[in-house]
Amino acid sequence: MIALDFASVLAEWPLLAKGAAMTVLLTAVSSVLGLGLGIGGAWARWQGPRWLALPVGAYVEAIRNTPFIVQLFFLFFGLPSLGVKLSPELASVLAMVINLGAYATELVRAGLTGTPRGQIEAAQSLALTPRQVFLRVVLPPALKRVWPSVVSQIIIVMLGSAVCGQISTQELSYASNLIQSRNFRAFESFIVGTLMYLTLSVAVRHLLHWAGPRLLYGR
Amino acid sequence: MVDFTLWDILRNLGLAARWTVLLSLIAFAGGGLIGMALLVARVAKWPGAERAVAGYVQLFQGTPLLMQLFLAYFGLGLLGIDVSAWVAAALALTLYSSAFLTEIWRGCVASVPKGQWEASQALAMSLWEQLRHVIGPQALRIAIPPTVGFLVQVVKGTALASVIGFIELTKAGTMISNATFRPFTVYACVALMYFVLCFPISAWSRTLERKMHAHR
Repeated sequence: MIALDFASVLAEWPLLAKGAAMTVLLTAVSSVLGLGLGIGGAWARWQGPRWLALPVGAYVEAIRNTPFIVQLFFLFFGLPSLGVKLSPELASVLAMVINLGAYATELVRAGLTGTPRGQIEAAQSLALTPRQVFLRVVLPPALKRVWPSVVSQIIIVMLGSAVCGQISTQELSYASNLIQSRNFRAFESFIVGTLMYLTLSVAVRHLLHWAGPRLLYGR
Repeated sequence: MVDFTLWDILRNLGLAARWTVLLSLIAFAGGGLIGMALLVARVAKWPGAERAVAGYVQLFQGTPLLMQLFLAYFGLGLLGIDVSAWVAAALALTLYSSAFLTEIWRGCVASVPKGQWEASQALAMSLWEQLRHVIGPQALRIAIPPTVGFLVQVVKGTALASVIGFIELTKAGTMISNATFRPFTVYACVALMYFVLCFPISAWSRTLERKMHAHR
């Protein structure tokens, strides 16, 4: 008979709460920066100069075809030998930003290429500067078109951040690991952690679907 | 100390990459089988199947693969099964793949026009005949590019098996970097190997997609 003991795991709730808060913080910071990076990258690939479009394309392919854990280890363990020493938290955020940036570049670009030619021409005929055309006419509807995919990608990055516990960033999976190393209730501890991730991903999805139209592209 | 040349690093990583490939294939094949079974259960409208499968998909898409691996590793142990990292990794990745594949394929089946169902039903075809001769072939054509694309995700997912001690490309990288104190070179090589594995698959998936749109 298997006896499951969730009480001893739940008794450590402050650790779990702190871990979840760290996961949310990592996700929040990296979504904002990563989406910004993605918009920049998408612009570069869509209309940017060739010398910029090519390296951005290479960056996107490099990130999309390697695992997040390897990118993270490369930043955290590899960079110090070049003299760049990062704290676990900084390395985690950086890896998440770089990762999300690559995927967001592709997503936003897909939105940009769907822009009807006439809209750009209309904006130009109103004597808007290229910068205004991009930021006020082209970008908001492009973001609106791809927002559902962007939300999914942000959630994928949040779930991927579980790996950051491996470089001792004290996020949710780290908390689960710490608890099971204290009370040896590994299965229960990971069940609780996993359910917390599930709750977070549902909550983040709702939050972003609510926030997107209000903050980014108007209704 | 034995000197580890760049060639040694690459050779050893290459040997470890075999296990990455094998684990990916097992997870992809196993996930495909289970995913197909779940898809049929959904399409056949078995009572409760729709909600059960939707919950299954939500469970695997809404939680980290890393936690799924931990649960497989410690959960099987709790059942008294002596698990190796191999079994736990293969099981977790198979279930993970099945959830994603069944969802991808459901979308493909749903994109077959409704008239095709009705027409084949009007010809008194059984559900099996409908799937086999009418819906299946059409859905399959749409399904191939995203399915190939998902294979990339599986290959990258196997990197997490390193965390529960399965020795594949990433774990081998960690071990070699601990032995050589050259993490920069080693992890760059590891990333390169994944890129060599994944990039052709991504490119292939994109080509398939372009071809499909060209046909329309």
